[in-house]
Amino acid sequence: MNTTFKLAAAAAVVLSISACASQPEPVEQVEEQAPVEVAEPAPAPAPVEAAPAAPVGPLAGSLEDFRVNVGERVYFDLNGYRLDVDDQEILKRQAAWLSSYPGVRIIVAGNCDERGTREYNLALGERRASIVKDYLVSLGVDPSRVDTISYGKERPIAAGSDEQAWALNRNGFTQIVSGANS
Amino acid sequence: MTRILTALMLALMIPIGLAMPAAAQLQVRVDEGNFQPTPLAIPDFEVRGANAEMAEDIADVVRADLESTGLFDIQNPASFIQKDLSIDVQPRFPDWRIIQTEGLVVGAYEELPDGKIAVSFRLWDVYGGEVMRINGQPGRRLTTTPDNWRRIAHKIADSIYNRLTGEDPYFDTRIVYIAETGPKTERVKRLAIMDADGANQQYLTAGTNTVLTPRFSPSAQEITYMSYEGGRPRVYLFNIETGRQELLGNFPGMTFAPRFSRDGESVLMTQAQGGNSEIYLMNLQTRQSRRLTDHPAIDTSPSMSPDGRAIVFTSDRGGSPQLYIMNTDGSPRTCPSGGRDVACRITFNKGQYSTPVWSPRGDLVAFTKQLGGRFYIGVIGTDGKGERLLTESYLDEGPDWSPNGRVIVYFRESRPGAGPQLWSVDLSGRNERRMMTQTDASDPAWSPLLQ
Repeated sequence: MNTTFKLAAAAAVVLSISACASQPEPVEQVEEQAPVEVAEPAPAPAPVEAAPAAPVGPLAGSLEDFRVNVGERVYFDLNGYRLDVDDQEILKRQAAWLSSYPGVRIIVAGNCDERGTREYNLALGERRASIVKDYLVSLGVDPSRVDTISYGKERPIAAGSDEQAWALNRNGFTQIVSGANS
Repeated sequence: MTRILTALMLALMIPIGLAMPAAAQLQVRVDEGNFQPTPLAIPDFEVRGANAEMAEDIADVVRADLESTGLFDIQNPASFIQKDLSIDVQPRFPDWRIIQTEGLVVGAYEELPDGKIAVSFRLWDVYGGEVMRINGQPGRRLTTTPDNWRRIAHKIADSIYNRLTGEDPYFDTRIVYIAETGPKTERVKRLAIMDADGANQQYLTAGTNTVLTPRFSPSAQEITYMSYEGGRPRVYLFNIETGRQELLGNFPGMTFAPRFSRDGESVLMTQAQGGNSEIYLMNLQTRQSRRLTDHPAIDTSPSMSPDGRAIVFTSDRGGSPQLYIMNTDGSPRTCPSGGRDVACRITFNKGQYSTPVWSPRGDLVAFTKQLGGRFYIGVIGTDGKGERLLTESYLDEGPDWSPNGRVIVYFRESRPGAGPQLWSVDLSGRNERRMMTQTDASDPAWSPLLQ
């Protein structure tokens, strides 16, 4: 999955370079890092033609790409708002992906399980969303690209009323608002 | 909606006949430890008009209101011996003593030439053998338009309740709540309102935006609540009469957990930004707001004391959600723990405490408590003493007080996966009962007594 991600990122760099030909320097860098040949299977210079021909995975830079190859949610402990190592890995991938697609804007939603009261959970969700945002910003994501919202316990993704469902429902959800490829 | 406002013309307290000594003994104690409901007979009203059904309906609502308090044992009409009651004639007390009725309500329903209806009633103390005066009068007569008949019934029940218990009335009120439909993962939440007895349910918003935590103004036909309109969670003011919605304040971040001050002139709310929640007080006239708390922890769910001098709120500054009280002007208080501090913690028992609501009488705070996977509604003294748990279930949350401070309304999910429903409980912990709604329902709030 990591390889796919690097290829996709490389492809994106190539794309962005060809889009602004006025700067000579970066061209050399690109050739060092990512030979055009390697990127071939992915939709490199002409993504529109390549993508339908070889539907191996999600289109690079798409919502699906983000969801499948990066990960859109981090999960919190009961009443918690700290990011563990797994969460940090996911957010690092998010930050890298976002740096590859600088036109993408996101909103981070903070969610809670149903075992708390409504207003406290709204505050806790806001705290969770802010923790995620702060971490992304610490990794170089421009804060102006990141909005936050709290849904408290209003937006469960698992309908059950058991430990497993609650663990899924305590999350920070990074949602792409605009700027993704489609 | 305008129907509610239709000129309510209640000609109050027209004395009817009889001048008798007022030394009735019948009194219902609401706080008695060894509790026995008081037997009360409310026979069908005398009918002076064509619509006997309406007369029956009015009497039914009076009975249901009084029965719902748990304080009265409404007698079965089949047991009545005297069948020829008239409002103009003293009842045959021995006939009522035989069936051990202590209070007797005798009513008359009339249709007036102008199309209105009138209901007269007297309350008799069966063992004392005399009429119980209400506001100094030996009876009451209330007049209104026929479509407003339920309010006449509630006012009669309020009079009787007030006369027998000495407590302020609360039947002629409404409940605002959130009506919930759809699956848990795609819940539709609408603002809804109904009479306190569950009649006249209406939806005030369409469900396009999730709305939460409505609260009644104590002084106007207004609600403050939180809505996700425009994708941003913020506090709004909603006028019930006009249906007009208005954003309160222009804060960055989100605003939530609104509640009116007791005088209705201000709204307390929480503003959250950058992971920190603080409590603000906004004056509705000037729209100026002032931050009351200043702490990196979560501070939310503010509720003001009746005298406006202090607020109680939820904070996790001690590590878990607990209740705190602070002076509205920010000056230090002497805390229950002995020291002086800007904010004093009042909950020290095991468990998490949230959603505090100061009682209209000022001496108690109602709250939600979580402990060991169960949720409780309880009350505690503002000095942190005398905690009492009134209810328990899988999820009991969000208490609010009846305007007289006797009854607490809240919502309950009785078991995992069960939808929320509205419930009420007497301050004594007795008389837990469900309030019927057409859909699942949460976040109930009680109106003041209607004007």
